[in-house]
Amino acid sequence: MALLLEQLLNSLQFAMMLFLMAAGLTLVFGIMNLINLAHGSLYMVGAYVCASVFATTGSFAVGVLAGLAASLAVGVGIEVTTFRTLYKRDHLDQVLATFALTLIFNDLVRLIWGPTALYAAVPAFLTGRVEILPGTPYPAYRLAIIAVGFAVAALLYLVITRTKLGMIIRAGASNRVMAGALGVNIVLLYTIVFAMGALLAGLAGLMAGPLFTVASGMGDSVLILAFVVIVIGGVGSMQGAFIAALLVGFVDTMGRAYLRLLLGQFLAPTAADNAGPALASMMIYIVMAMVLFFRPQGLFPARVR
Amino acid sequence: MIRRGRHWLSQTISRQQTAGALSESIKSDGAAGVGGPARRVFMFAGLAALALVPPIALMLQQPFYLDLFTRIMIFAIAALSLDLILGFGGMVSFGHAAYLGIGAYAVGIAGYYGITDGFAHFGIAVLVSALTALLIGLVSLRTSGVFFIMITLAFGQMIYFLGLSVNKFGGDDGMTIAEHSRFAGVDLFADPAGLYYFTFCALVLFLWIGFRLVRSRFGMVIRGAKSNERRMGAIGFPTFRYKLCAFVASGAMCGFAGALLANQALFVSPALVHWTRSGEILVMVILGGVGTLFGPILGAVLYLVLEDVLSGVMDYWQLVLGLILLTFVLFVRTGIVGIADWQRRGVRHA
Repeated sequence: MALLLEQLLNSLQFAMMLFLMAAGLTLVFGIMNLINLAHGSLYMVGAYVCASVFATTGSFAVGVLAGLAASLAVGVGIEVTTFRTLYKRDHLDQVLATFALTLIFNDLVRLIWGPTALYAAVPAFLTGRVEILPGTPYPAYRLAIIAVGFAVAALLYLVITRTKLGMIIRAGASNRVMAGALGVNIVLLYTIVFAMGALLAGLAGLMAGPLFTVASGMGDSVLILAFVVIVIGGVGSMQGAFIAALLVGFVDTMGRAYLRLLLGQFLAPTAADNAGPALASMMIYIVMAMVLFFRPQGLFPARVR
Repeated sequence: MIRRGRHWLSQTISRQQTAGALSESIKSDGAAGVGGPARRVFMFAGLAALALVPPIALMLQQPFYLDLFTRIMIFAIAALSLDLILGFGGMVSFGHAAYLGIGAYAVGIAGYYGITDGFAHFGIAVLVSALTALLIGLVSLRTSGVFFIMITLAFGQMIYFLGLSVNKFGGDDGMTIAEHSRFAGVDLFADPAGLYYFTFCALVLFLWIGFRLVRSRFGMVIRGAKSNERRMGAIGFPTFRYKLCAFVASGAMCGFAGALLANQALFVSPALVHWTRSGEILVMVILGGVGTLFGPILGAVLYLVLEDVLSGVMDYWQLVLGLILLTFVLFVRTGIVGIADWQRRGVRHA
């Protein structure tokens, strides 16, 4: 029971990281119709800058601010210099250009911070464990990630449903040509949305730092998972991204934890040992295939066309 | 009765309509990759040059170049297989490295169980990758555009994680392959030149198949579906089935390239299937020229030679490669083949 609770919290924590990545990506994708492979680089920049600034200054708050600022700056920088030329191009050009950007950033961080992985420390006030149930301790840092994730989700929900900016973003996601015709400054909107996405990716990256290794290319695998989340949730939809992130986080964590035990009920132990991990690693893609087979546009598509 | 009638109708209409619909797209495509006389001369010259690589490498005492060019031709086959669906069918598959990996693992796993026969190796590689492409295609072809890109990307990663988690066949570390594929008991690939010429023949064969396929009725339907899928549907073609066929054929071809790669490296690892590898194959196609048959080959040569030269000179070669690619996309905008007939065609993406 305690183990199950722990795994549930793990899946929640993983889901929050995925949501932060996917939220920015789904907006960029839904509004600008741009496929951005470099989103993982923003995640990486956030992690690297936060870890190294935290290590040199000793202040976690400064590290977080520096990480966020860096990913914001890099995000706006590449938006203005490259992406503005790419919006009108076909998807092939976008794929090639953003693929080139990931190559550049992966080498740039190795050039700046060296080829070995960086150690990212957990801030002192979050190093302990919290007893969630009597006798069941859980790392405080992971709980903090869950809390931050929910807070950001709530904030995004408020911004998108209650503010004028949110109204414009929703209009852009459902029909950007019409929004432009009605007098929305599309160029500015694009930059703002991209900046938001960069901030969220940077936040996800700097929080992931102490959990995974901070290394060149660390954003690449998370990026694909974020794509899966977007595809399941429906492009451009924030609540779709949130629910899909929960689903993916749950399926992946539970699959890795329990699939082998479950298969052991039906198969010989060695067969279960072999098939369990293999199947667990494929679970989320199988879920994605199933969702797409019945709803090719995802669970909550934002675009009405 | 009604079914038969409709089928007959579609057949008669299709003959005239496709001709009209396609002549339009062919005009704008500049004979869609089949190429004018100048391009064809260039292509034969290029193939002749490739055929001469082994004696030249031997003369210069540089066996390394034989290895490099074998690799280049293997990736050229993979890029060609991708371009057949990407350039001619408009299906941007971002998971093509999956078939490369499946083909390579087919050789490795068959060898693990003591099967050394080359016909079995290549047969299994082609069959399993075709079957995988069928399953992936069944789901992904229900979508289009960016969705299709992301879904093929995700399926590619699925195969990657599958390779990563099966510890029996090396998992993360990959597996070493003990022996080459043997044809009728003969180790044809023991001599690097044997593998080279085998790969060369495969490349020429696939080029010829591609050439025939693009001009065939099947190819016309695929190209028609690219320029306007709804129109092809209205004419009466079941475009989904046609596209699925092309997708499967492309996967099978890429699986063949994977089996060759396993024979060249005598090692396979999941790294072969990682999405960045799919990206590289895509880059080769785009660099060379989308929708041409010779373009992917040129792209493979350019990409792998660049990689080889840059990585020999500096540590951070990906940085330079990325900058070159970025400049290429932002300012050049057409493949190498496209630059050659820029004046004739105008800029492609207009």
